[in-house]
Amino acid sequence: MGILSQTIVPADPWADFKGEKWRNAVDVRDFIQNNYKPYEADAAFLAGPTPRTLKVWETLGVLLAEERKKGVLDVSADRASTITAHDAGYIAKDIELIVGLQTDAPLKRAIMPNGGLRMVENGLEAFGFKLDPSVHEVWTKYRKSHNQGIFDVYSPEILAARKSGVITGLPDAYGRGRIIGDYRRVALYGTDALRAFRLKDFRGLENEVFNDDVMRLREELSEQYRALDELKEMAAKYGYDVSRPAVNAREAIQWTYFAYLAAVKEQNGAAMSLGRVSTFLDIYIQRDIDAGLLNEEQAQELIDDMIIKLRIVRFLRTPEYDQLFSGDPTWVTESIGGVGEDGRPLVTKSSFRFLHTLYNLGPAPEPNLTVLWSTKLPDGFKTFCAKVSADTSAIQYENDDLMRPKWGDDYGIACCVSAMRIGKQMQFFGARSNLAKALLYAINGGVDEKSGAVVAKGFEPIKGDVLDYDEVMAKFDKMMDWLAQTYVKALNTVHYMHDKYAYERIEMALHDRDILRTMACGIAGLSVAADSLSAIKHAKVKVIRNEAGLAVDYKIEGTYPAYGNNDDSVDSIAVWLTETFMKKIAAQPYFYRNSMPTQSVLTITSNVVYGKKTGNTPDGRRAGEPFAPGANPMNGRDTKGFVAAGASVAKIPYDSALDGISWTASATPDSLGRTDEERARNLANCLDAYSAAGGFHVNVNVFNRDTLVHAMDHPELYPQLTVRVSGYAVNFVKLTREQQLDVISRTFHSKM
Amino acid sequence: MRPPKTHAPAGTHSSTDFGYLHSVESGAAVDGPGMRFVFFMAGCLFRCVYCHNPDTWKLHNGRKITVDDAVAEIKPYAGFLRMAGGVTISGGEPLMQAPFVGEMFKRFKSELGLHTALDTQGYLHASMDDEWFDNVDLVLLDIKHSDPEVYQRLTAQPLQPTLDFAHRLQRLQKPIWLRYVLVPGWTDGHDDIARLADFVADLGPIVERVEVLPFHQMGTQKWAQLGMDYPLAGAPTPTPESTAEARSIFAERGLTVF
Repeated sequence: MGILSQTIVPADPWADFKGEKWRNAVDVRDFIQNNYKPYEADAAFLAGPTPRTLKVWETLGVLLAEERKKGVLDVSADRASTITAHDAGYIAKDIELIVGLQTDAPLKRAIMPNGGLRMVENGLEAFGFKLDPSVHEVWTKYRKSHNQGIFDVYSPEILAARKSGVITGLPDAYGRGRIIGDYRRVALYGTDALRAFRLKDFRGLENEVFNDDVMRLREELSEQYRALDELKEMAAKYGYDVSRPAVNAREAIQWTYFAYLAAVKEQNGAAMSLGRVSTFLDIYIQRDIDAGLLNEEQAQELIDDMIIKLRIVRFLRTPEYDQLFSGDPTWVTESIGGVGEDGRPLVTKSSFRFLHTLYNLGPAPEPNLTVLWSTKLPDGFKTFCAKVSADTSAIQYENDDLMRPKWGDDYGIACCVSAMRIGKQMQFFGARSNLAKALLYAINGGVDEKSGAVVAKGFEPIKGDVLDYDEVMAKFDKMMDWLAQTYVKALNTVHYMHDKYAYERIEMALHDRDILRTMACGIAGLSVAADSLSAIKHAKVKVIRNEAGLAVDYKIEGTYPAYGNNDDSVDSIAVWLTETFMKKIAAQPYFYRNSMPTQSVLTITSNVVYGKKTGNTPDGRRAGEPFAPGANPMNGRDTKGFVAAGASVAKIPYDSALDGISWTASATPDSLGRTDEERARNLANCLDAYSAAGGFHVNVNVFNRDTLVHAMDHPELYPQLTVRVSGYAVNFVKLTREQQLDVISRTFHSKM
Repeated sequence: MRPPKTHAPAGTHSSTDFGYLHSVESGAAVDGPGMRFVFFMAGCLFRCVYCHNPDTWKLHNGRKITVDDAVAEIKPYAGFLRMAGGVTISGGEPLMQAPFVGEMFKRFKSELGLHTALDTQGYLHASMDDEWFDNVDLVLLDIKHSDPEVYQRLTAQPLQPTLDFAHRLQRLQKPIWLRYVLVPGWTDGHDDIARLADFVADLGPIVERVEVLPFHQMGTQKWAQLGMDYPLAGAPTPTPESTAEARSIFAERGLTVF
């Protein structure tokens, strides 16, 4: 095949494309709606991997094995990364169809000290690397980081809450991420046109009053068109001219990937999601196929090659970070499928091709393939998704029927469950506050049950020996007020400083000038708090205090209904908690940049850390025991099977958790049906039912417990074993042992 | 309520006002076609040496429920179950509470329009009249062994009533999914399986499928929790080859086997 054959640039890169609006203004959605071809049949058309694809993947496989051994293969510690900091790099230069690496070599990580120099230095040290002295000098003498800015502002109370773990995971020492550039714009318009649009935006502000907002925006717009120029310069190092629109499928994929690549060269964000590119790219692929320029095998090959690149996005992170977000995740989330506002499914052949990479290249956690599920999706696609889930455990589902009315039909998922209109919306990622611990603070009057330190000042503890529901609720209500206030103050600080010191230039260059910003708060410990309140209400909970008078343990007499069994007497408590904390967040007086407050019920893998930092709870959970992830019921308490558990989770109202509600469900293959077809059909039916009930998100894991146990002891045999944890997927063998045990101990829904 | 035709055997529960429920499972996929809501009824008169749910043996260890309770329990899922599968009543041995279970089926059918399956060994069938089966769409029939003597040793009950039940289902033209648990050293003899396969094949097309279920050790913990000695503690699980071989014995007779 003529891999690097010269592309002849036609006079009109948009030949054969329909529609007008998108030609005169940046409007990718309009382009998609006018040109995409829905695909309603089954997966029979798909092509397997070519020998070329396998060769690239195998070349990389050697490096991946080495990386697994060392943790980090290599680091470019000699310079701070920028869009143009590194020369071109390749996996196998002569045979790669889609090119571009974060540094000049595969799996060689970049450093991004704008987030915080200490994180960079700790990360380097943990893996045996050393920072170049000149970088150290710049970021200690001349340049302030995001992290330094924040700690100049934090209050003692925020510091105490952060230390105790009642608020955890704030992006105050790492990049906030969860911003999706509309990378498709580069393919559709080229950087020169985007730059011209941006300049127009900039000039449109000349006659405004130059207040803080306008000056900041003008500075940002200047940074943005500069970043577009850098993107063009970076692509030129690989021999491509992205200043003009892409003219064919290969260029469209390459241009889109270059735009994304610029973002991950510039930002070490917690989640660096891709958006919703598959149906957009399908338009180019279909045009080439119709013109006889491409066949199915070649089309799949292009997608496979892009996916290979997305699988090796890496950031240098610290062991502390890994504890929170285990397994080296990057959340290169790609949202696939969904239904358009006009009722046509947004499923194309390329939606299938993206999922098919899990067969062609084997399962992998990244990119984080996310199916936007609707009961109205074509059956062929539903069945294929379910089959891929049963075979690979690598995909997650989010409810398009819930999101479409809120965000339209061109939104994407950032990170795990955060929906945002692509190029029109971003979020200020806020990690999460620990509701279970806040309940203990209500009981102990703001004194931390582990350290004995006063974290929330001015509260009275509960003095009785048996917990009274009304008294606990009254105190908990006040404690949540305190928590919401402290939490939002911290988040305002974090995002003010992130904009100031670690601004996402290229990602924001691929947004509209005026966008919706959300302040994405979050809660952890929902099921622990709900079950604790249920125990206090429906059973008798006695308090056990230590010599200092601190409540440190609880004795339950009688039984209580547990969240996760579709029982309203306790599920209503979980709903109340979600709604109430959201109201308390929304009641705060100020949100940075007029952002709209939202919250998620999502823990990622931090459910383990949260559990560690939280003492015994009134539901009977022991100190240190992991929380259930996201909105999951506590392990082993959902005794009626996963349909009942899903029904409980589906009650958590999306309106009070617009940043997403995560549920992780696991089943053994044998429990889903006797044959592949049965399994796929049953799973697809369950997904339909869960969506119809208003369930927001589900990770589907299908594997045997024994496989995981064996993989713990023989990681070398399972390099690609993928499991879905709260909102993302990981290579099981890359989890810490503690997290592996947590995954294994979770309820396996297999009927005995 | 119409009284049962013959006297209920000793130890069974003949009330239709209430029954004893061990537990429910909302998302089962291998207990009948599609996704099933399963009621595991308490009580069993068999004492199978390899039982993986010995905690269901005692009737009165179950939770006392009325038919209304059962309907309320399943009702939230009815829409889903109509689309995706149905309801299965299992146990224990559900026929220990045949009148009550019959009422459950009647209500699930008439009020909720669900596909219904009965998971049973059939031993107690003689006490019910034919009408009892009107509300049962499918029988998951468990035959533990084809040799009467071994059957008795394995389950502490005779084989013949179960075989009679199979013939009765044939007469009623009730679809059957036959289930056979493969236990190394107990039920994996070639001739024993062949004898059963002959019997099953003779039942004709009402046997829609045969499921050969390899024995597993997941019940061990339950025996221990009940303070009982598990006769099959440490017993091996069937190899994939022996499972495949057992399946082929059924398949050779034109049966659909899983």
